[in-house]
Amino acid sequence: MISEKEVQRIAKLARIELTKKEVEKFQKDLSAILDYFELLKEVDTKNIEPVFCILKDYLKGNAAREDKFYPGSVSDELIALAPAKKGRQIKVKSVFK
Amino acid sequence: MKNLTLKEISRGLENKEFSALELAKEYLKRIKKQDKKINSFVTVTQDLALKQAREADRIIREKGKVSVLTGAPIAVKDNILVKGEKTTCSSKMLKDYTAPFDAFAIKKLKDLGVVILGKTNLDEFAMGASTENSAFFATKNPYDLTRVPGGSSGGSAAAVADDFCCCALGSDAGGSIRQPAAFCSVVGLKPTYGAVSRFGLVAFASSLDQIGPITKNVDDAQTLFNAIKGKDEKDSTSIEYEIQDSKFRIQDLRIGVPKEYFVKGMDQGVKDLVQKKIKELEGKGAKIQEISLAHTKYAIAAYYLTATSEASANLARYDGVKYGLSKAQDNLMETYLKTKSAGFGPEVKRRIMLGTYSLSAGYYDAFYLKAQKVRALIKKDFDLAFKKTDVILTPTTPTPAFKIGEKSEDPLAMYLSDIYTVSVNLAGLPAVSVPVGFLGKLPVGLQLIGKPFEESNLLKVAGLCQE
Repeated sequence: MISEKEVQRIAKLARIELTKKEVEKFQKDLSAILDYFELLKEVDTKNIEPVFCILKDYLKGNAAREDKFYPGSVSDELIALAPAKKGRQIKVKSVFK
Repeated sequence: MKNLTLKEISRGLENKEFSALELAKEYLKRIKKQDKKINSFVTVTQDLALKQAREADRIIREKGKVSVLTGAPIAVKDNILVKGEKTTCSSKMLKDYTAPFDAFAIKKLKDLGVVILGKTNLDEFAMGASTENSAFFATKNPYDLTRVPGGSSGGSAAAVADDFCCCALGSDAGGSIRQPAAFCSVVGLKPTYGAVSRFGLVAFASSLDQIGPITKNVDDAQTLFNAIKGKDEKDSTSIEYEIQDSKFRIQDLRIGVPKEYFVKGMDQGVKDLVQKKIKELEGKGAKIQEISLAHTKYAIAAYYLTATSEASANLARYDGVKYGLSKAQDNLMETYLKTKSAGFGPEVKRRIMLGTYSLSAGYYDAFYLKAQKVRALIKKDFDLAFKKTDVILTPTTPTPAFKIGEKSEDPLAMYLSDIYTVSVNLAGLPAVSVPVGFLGKLPVGLQLIGKPFEESNLLKVAGLCQE
């Protein structure tokens, strides 16, 4: 069983605030699932290359778009979605004191 | 106007049996009157639907028939962006979020003149297999209101099954199109990874997600798939490819049946129905072969490690600053903490936690990296199998639809029921679920898995199974 401290550490990394009840529940849930994941240990993966792009054989050349201006920008619509803004700028709380 | 397929709608519009507007009004009326029984829609986009229907009528009047999809009333899973309409992902985080642009698949469908009736319910951010994880309400199975419709595209599958739309779009990262299709007696296609652009699909697990059709029959799945597929420069993983559409005779067809899929834990009734269908296909001349997918046992673990890791990275964007729910506090850290704890439901938090854990320092090699190596082995199993077989046939799910609440307190049990669908996503392959019969009143589905970018051949075999 993973410890309460461990759950709190992960929650902090994930930027999620948990109630005491949630911490208890996650200790139980995460432990059961992580134990199940241990199953992978029995697979011999020596000399096996990990998959990062499943159908890379089908991708031809550089798939990235050319770096240029494309008309039809939605930047105004995107800025409009921000909860706090000033003109065309999104307001963010101070990071440094 | 009951249970119309795309072809029937197209014919009806052409022969002026009804107009697109009449059709749209009929479906909207049906949703308004009857959807409260199963709760398949989160948002009904009535104004958009009526506008599109009038436009479709104009196109048909002026240009004659343009596409089978012109005027067709469809529903869209609520994690796919439709410009100007809410896209909630059935989450409190995006409850008031309005899409600033169209998903690529939606743009293509709009260009063909479809009528979008509304946005359908899902497990929050597509994380789940029952649609019970929606932050708003659970959707019920139209065949048995005490049971789940499956998930995460449960709203789309239930809406098609109950004829609240002609067909629908879903998304599938580990079975989210195929499993609800099986539970609701409809057809669901998960395309090859890269066949359909993911631009405008709210990201859950980027290396696994695909948008695909949920329809009343195989023909419609092919039509809808043809309309949404193709290269999109805004999704670097999307691929334009030659359609592998060879003519085949059933006598030449080799169907592989993986022995690892017919083991304990599988409902006997499901097994009987699938085996009956196998016998039937054999009787028609298909060659049935037993094959081995040796790493099947490890698929669930590899899948959930991959999916949760990618989810934890993807959902970091909901920070209370850019869009979505914001619980602004005095400093940024507090804003993050309060926003995420208020905006995400239990399953989403659980998966973010799992993914964060497996990507964190000291665990990455043992978990995420190991899962990607096992993934390579799972793909190799399929590559080997497809050397001697054309299509792989399996059940879609080990059991028919389960009761609402039956698995919601046991996340691991819920994960384990994805056993037949997750390998396909890990290997990037196309797969389709077609109805194969009923156990009592509960539908059962059969899954066919194909080679990459051979959707057309796959759907031809699916057509044979449907007969």
